[in-house]
Amino acid sequence: MLQEASRASTALESIKHPDLSKFLVIAAILFIIGVAGVLTRRNLLVIFMSIELILNAANLNFIAFSRYLQDTGHGDPMSGLNFINPDRFVAAAEAAIGLGIVIALYRNRETIWIDEIDLMKW
Amino acid sequence: MYRYIWLVPLLPLIGAAINGIFGRWFRFSEKLIGGIAVGTVALSFLISFAAVYSYGFSGNAQWPNPYITTQTAFTWIPGGAVKQSLGTAQPSTPETRTISIANQPVTVSNQRGSLLNIEWSYQLDPLSSIFMLIVTGVGLCIFVFATGYMHGETGFYRFFAYMGLFMFSMLVLVMGSNFVMMFVGWEGVGLCSYLLIGYYFNKQEAANASRKAFITNRIGDFGFMLAVFAVIATFGTAQFTNVVTQAVSYPVESLGHWGLMSWIALGLMIGACGKSAQFPLHVWLPDAMAGPTPVSALIHAATMVTAGLYMLTRTNVIFQHSHTMMLVVALVGAFTAIFAATIGITQNDIKKVLAYSTVSQLGFMFLACGVGAFIIGIFHVMTHAFFKALMFLGSGSVIHGMHHEQDMRKMGGLKKYMPITYLTFLAGWLAICGIIPFSGFWSKDEILWNAASTRQIPLGWLVWLVGTIAATCTAFYMTRLMAMTFWGKERFPAHEHSMEHEGHAQKKEHATPHHDSHLPHESPKSMWVPLVVLAILATVGGLVGISTAFTGGKHVGGRMNIVHWLEPVIWDPTMKAFKVDEPLSPAEEARIAATPHTSVLRAEVVSPTENGFNLAHTVESKVGSETATEWVFIIISLAVAGLGIGAGLLFYVKSPRLADVWAARLKPLYEASYNKYWIDEFFGLAITRRTMDLARAVFAFDSKFVDGGVNGSAWLTRFTSTVTGLTDKYFVDGLVNTIANFVVRLMSPIVRAAQTGLTANYALVMVIGLLIAVALYFVKSF
Repeated sequence: MLQEASRASTALESIKHPDLSKFLVIAAILFIIGVAGVLTRRNLLVIFMSIELILNAANLNFIAFSRYLQDTGHGDPMSGLNFINPDRFVAAAEAAIGLGIVIALYRNRETIWIDEIDLMKW
Repeated sequence: MYRYIWLVPLLPLIGAAINGIFGRWFRFSEKLIGGIAVGTVALSFLISFAAVYSYGFSGNAQWPNPYITTQTAFTWIPGGAVKQSLGTAQPSTPETRTISIANQPVTVSNQRGSLLNIEWSYQLDPLSSIFMLIVTGVGLCIFVFATGYMHGETGFYRFFAYMGLFMFSMLVLVMGSNFVMMFVGWEGVGLCSYLLIGYYFNKQEAANASRKAFITNRIGDFGFMLAVFAVIATFGTAQFTNVVTQAVSYPVESLGHWGLMSWIALGLMIGACGKSAQFPLHVWLPDAMAGPTPVSALIHAATMVTAGLYMLTRTNVIFQHSHTMMLVVALVGAFTAIFAATIGITQNDIKKVLAYSTVSQLGFMFLACGVGAFIIGIFHVMTHAFFKALMFLGSGSVIHGMHHEQDMRKMGGLKKYMPITYLTFLAGWLAICGIIPFSGFWSKDEILWNAASTRQIPLGWLVWLVGTIAATCTAFYMTRLMAMTFWGKERFPAHEHSMEHEGHAQKKEHATPHHDSHLPHESPKSMWVPLVVLAILATVGGLVGISTAFTGGKHVGGRMNIVHWLEPVIWDPTMKAFKVDEPLSPAEEARIAATPHTSVLRAEVVSPTENGFNLAHTVESKVGSETATEWVFIIISLAVAGLGIGAGLLFYVKSPRLADVWAARLKPLYEASYNKYWIDEFFGLAITRRTMDLARAVFAFDSKFVDGGVNGSAWLTRFTSTVTGLTDKYFVDGLVNTIANFVVRLMSPIVRAAQTGLTANYALVMVIGLLIAVALYFVKSF
């Protein structure tokens, strides 16, 4: 009972104080997926999605560290969260401009496959 | 009172400034302008008079002390060490000694490296006091006259501004206590002379005359400047008192010996020749008559032209240290006297006659100085100022009355129309002819007597002879002037208006009762009152220098006698000291009366000059006594005056056609005299033309060589810059381009390969870089 209680309390504790490493691993996986997508995919839209994945991996890290600091009581717990909003603004702006570029590209060259677009060479 | 003499030059300057600056802005009336000008000069005259009175005649008179340098207005050039490069260079140890000047011990400090301190200070001494009175007194008469004569003239304010400025300059000249102040005044009067001769600047003749006067004066000023520099280099000071006290210690330079004193004196003499119109620098004075007549009277007869005499007398110590220069002065004076007098005989312009007469009389004054009679020279300056100013103003009155006609051939019979002018002119005529007791007699007779009896120079008899002939000519041409102007037939056309003839078109008609008749008329009161004053002075003014023959061989009147008055400033070469003649006390007079008076020829015992023929000495040995000798010469000078007058009357009154007959008979002489001996033409040919040639040559040199050089260097600059430009363009730029091209061609294939243009490649490179960075991080941290 006592052990049950202690296990329950341990579960509660683990909800209250999640393990940081798990989040970091998930974030790392998301990041690697995003980078792999950017490097390998040919469709611009998919590359954009991959970029979103990279950004969100970063955001996840921020949140995780914010919570971790909150638990351990070291430092300002809001310092991580403060990064989230600017990050979202950047993502939104990037999406707006990037989609604009995609549309412009498509209108001019009728493709959004990036291996057919080597304008940066010139 | 002499504490206020600094006001004497300042007041006319203030008047001139007010007239010159505000006269035009506020459109001063003629009465106001004339009032300011006359008022300031009158105040100057009163102050001068009071100062001279308290200096010489009041209870605490300072008279025997010849140098009262009054308050230093300010230190003008506050000095520095002056190197006395000329003269007896002083030893480095200061030497101080005391010299007696007119009984006053004066401490002289001759030390090497003494300070040249030039102060603006006025000097009141017997010489400057006489000039102050002449300048302000005669000037006052002329100012009053000018208010009438210049009536209605455009630029009335300008005229009086210039005249006031002239008074200032002239008073600075005669009152300054050093050579530099004298030079300031000297140049100032030259400038005013230029401005006033060119008063009618829209007349070509006047403009040319003013330039001629200025340039001729510059030649003289050059000599004067050199002399001033030499004085400073010799004596280390410009102050008259110091120069005089040092100069007496120099040896007297005998005839033909050109020592330092002779050279200084030569420079001063050139300056005096320019200013006082002595041959050969006399050419400007007759032309200067293009100015208004009051200017001719004030500047070119009474005051400015006597500045040379003032300077000669002021520096008489230097001159008397050079027998050569004394002889030069005497000969130049005598030659100028006869030269100008013979020209005066044939001139027809009334002012030209008077101008040549002035030149001639100035020659007489130089003659007097040259034979050592500086006092008599100054005496003649004074009497000449009276009678010549009178005659010039009289001629101005005549010109005014004749509606600006100056040609004597168109005058005649004016006695009836202008009685006051005639009577005053008569006094001037008798004075200049030398008729006893008019003022000119005393001074001219004394000059001739001193010339005949001089022991200072040889050739005294020649100077006397020339002077006597010149005096005859003077009497002759002055009688001619009187006859042609005032006596005889009326030759002026009664109906014709001669205004435009003389070019006074800008002059308004003067309101006179005789306006419509165009007949000559008497001048207004403002013009004849000064004439009367000057006529009185011309009549009795000579009595201050009454000849010793009339007074028993001694100078009477104490300080009122000009000889006594001026003696303290004249160096006596026989006694090697300044003459000291205290005003004689009654006891002293008795003592002199008791002893047989010394002969003027006593100097022969000590005179180093010569033992040649001396006219007065020869005559004295014939007639016995000195007074008798003087009487002989008085009778001779009266006789030649009478001769000249008689000849004039014969030629121009009794039988007027005789003049033309003789002119035809002596045609070469007449032509020479009428054309002024072609001196102007000679100068034009020998100097002006040569100067123009030189100017042309210099201009050619300038345009060919100098401009050629400048233009050549400009061409060279352009040429070299073109060459450099081409080098830059083809060589330097070419090199740079070649190298750049080579590098680009070499490297570009390698670098170009990296640029695929594919986004994925770039992203891959970025990721690789990121991974490397992380890897390095790990490597580092382990």
